Amino acid sequence: MNGSKLLRVLGALVVLVLLGIGGFIAYAWEREIPAAEPPAVSSIDPELVQRGATLAAVGNCNVCHTKEGGEVFAGGLALPTPFGTIYSTNITPDPETGIGRWSEEAFQRSMRSGVDREGRHLYPAFPFDHFTKVTDEDNRALYAYLMTRKPVKAEAQANDLPFPLNIRLAVAGWKLLFFREGVYQPDTAQSDEWNRGHYLADGLGHCGACHTPRNSLGAEKKDQLFAGGEAEGWTAYALNQNSPAPLPWDVDALTHYLANGWEEHHGVARGPMAPVTANMMSVPESDARAIATYVTSVMGEPTPERQARADKVRDQATRHPPGIQVQAAGGQTVPVAATSQDRGALIYAAACSSCHDAGRPVPYGGLPLALSTATYGPTPLNPINVILYGLPAPEGERGPIMPGFAGVLDDAQTADLLAYIRATFSDKPAWDDVQDLVRQVRSGKEHTDLQSLSSGGSAPANPTRRETSW
Amino acid sequence: MVALTVNGQSHQIEADPDTPLLYVLRDELHLHGAKYGCGLGQCGSCTVMVDGQAVFSCVTPVLLLEGREITTVEGLGTIESPGPMQQAFIEEQAAQCGYCIPGMMMRAQALLQRNPGASDEEIVAHMEPNLCRCGTHMRILAAIKRAGGLMQMAAGGSTTDTAKRAG
Repeated sequence: MNGSKLLRVLGALVVLVLLGIGGFIAYAWEREIPAAEPPAVSSIDPELVQRGATLAAVGNCNVCHTKEGGEVFAGGLALPTPFGTIYSTNITPDPETGIGRWSEEAFQRSMRSGVDREGRHLYPAFPFDHFTKVTDEDNRALYAYLMTRKPVKAEAQANDLPFPLNIRLAVAGWKLLFFREGVYQPDTAQSDEWNRGHYLADGLGHCGACHTPRNSLGAEKKDQLFAGGEAEGWTAYALNQNSPAPLPWDVDALTHYLANGWEEHHGVARGPMAPVTANMMSVPESDARAIATYVTSVMGEPTPERQARADKVRDQATRHPPGIQVQAAGGQTVPVAATSQDRGALIYAAACSSCHDAGRPVPYGGLPLALSTATYGPTPLNPINVILYGLPAPEGERGPIMPGFAGVLDDAQTADLLAYIRATFSDKPAWDDVQDLVRQVRSGKEHTDLQSLSSGGSAPANPTRRETSW
Repeated sequence: MVALTVNGQSHQIEADPDTPLLYVLRDELHLHGAKYGCGLGQCGSCTVMVDGQAVFSCVTPVLLLEGREITTVEGLGTIESPGPMQQAFIEEQAAQCGYCIPGMMMRAQALLQRNPGASDEEIVAHMEPNLCRCGTHMRILAAIKRAGGLMQMAAGGSTTDTAKRAG
């Protein structure tokens, strides 16, 4: 190859690269939408605001956009990601530090395309890959709701991300690879209820954000819908045909769980799921039922073997010998004698049995562990969290509680207890490296979100629902 | 046979290893301060300290406690010479029926031992697991606050130091 030919080839390459960069920037470029005066609250239809409140509860907006002890929607919550820490933004209508100067058009675009008013790409910690499915009409209601909240002055904290992720243009590349913009398209072969559930679960509800595994770049693996993921130091169990729940979920059970935060034969929501169900309490039960209809369809009908096993487990766990009266709430129990001299069995007998074997129904009593998804789960992460730190009482509300045992159980004792529970109450193989995981959880390496252990204090409470439930 | 250290004294315990600590304290060691309330770790009347942390003795098997330091309300002082926590509860007259009080004192002790200057918010948050059905919470909180002051005074050596720090 002679010199001039080489130069020509190089020149062509440079032109191609420049065209590529230019094309990418043209693709990535988003215009700024002019700042608008905040709409007068009196001009906003209260009925629209009410619908927006319900939708915001489905979207769990308050959970990420509120920091501990902070004002609702004023942002500032640290969201640890494998790539760095992102801080949630202020979505109150404060004109300086919130979204007060966002027109409805700017809000619609942020939900549909993941771009802020100024035209900057938002990080996918804001789940625009789900919110893109939300209809214009629902976004209008959400906008009406947010613009009628109390404006709070709170500057968003700068994200702590390494180069090049701190360049927002990089998000455009991520979008090119993983993001498909577009409102939800109903499946005409399915019922209206199923479509409503799919729309809510895949859109605002963003269930897959935790329950679908993510790839190395943090995007959900679309071919592994609901195959199980993780969230803030908790396992988000699979919601597809691999659901580890010993009793397969059905529409009634899942509706009750979503709408109340507990279900008699599946137990209580905890970890990051607790604020989700707390929010769902203010949502019409028909929406919980729609979501349950869709999610159970993804799980599919249990195989006859699984159903037979489930029937056996339920029978064993809920049967009481003749003459034994189920204890009333508030009744006193004494622990049963241990069935063996294994250390795990002894700990179980004294520390766990008085609630979990008392026959007192959930949520007042503890779930028999043979019915607990945690007993059958792929990792012991969730039961470690619960054994060490318990279920703190939700602030200002009634809720299931459990004492934590971090103060008395050391790592080896916790591992023994878990090994006993796994071997006794499930038909699954033993977990590996339990003691090491206990140590990591205790040292904070697992970033367990203890705040979310107690069901979200900032969740809009619905006293009527609570009154009928407990 | 389990060896327990309670309020600085070693005991050889006859009870089975899965016996809750509360039963051993009350029935074998005749320390009747810790109370049986719910038996479920939900009311706090059985609270004692293990290695400085508040635990529910009704759901804590003695086999976990070999070689660990257990403190009950009897370990905080005597009738003749009450400790600062007990003194503060007497001065504030914080008990009505009194059933929850030993548990309240032990949970509060665990906090103040770490941080005698705990704020009101910290105290309220820390005391959340313990229930009082008489409704003397405000006096209990005042007593805990007072106990913190007494502990700081004792640690500071002189009242003027404490006054300066408080100021």
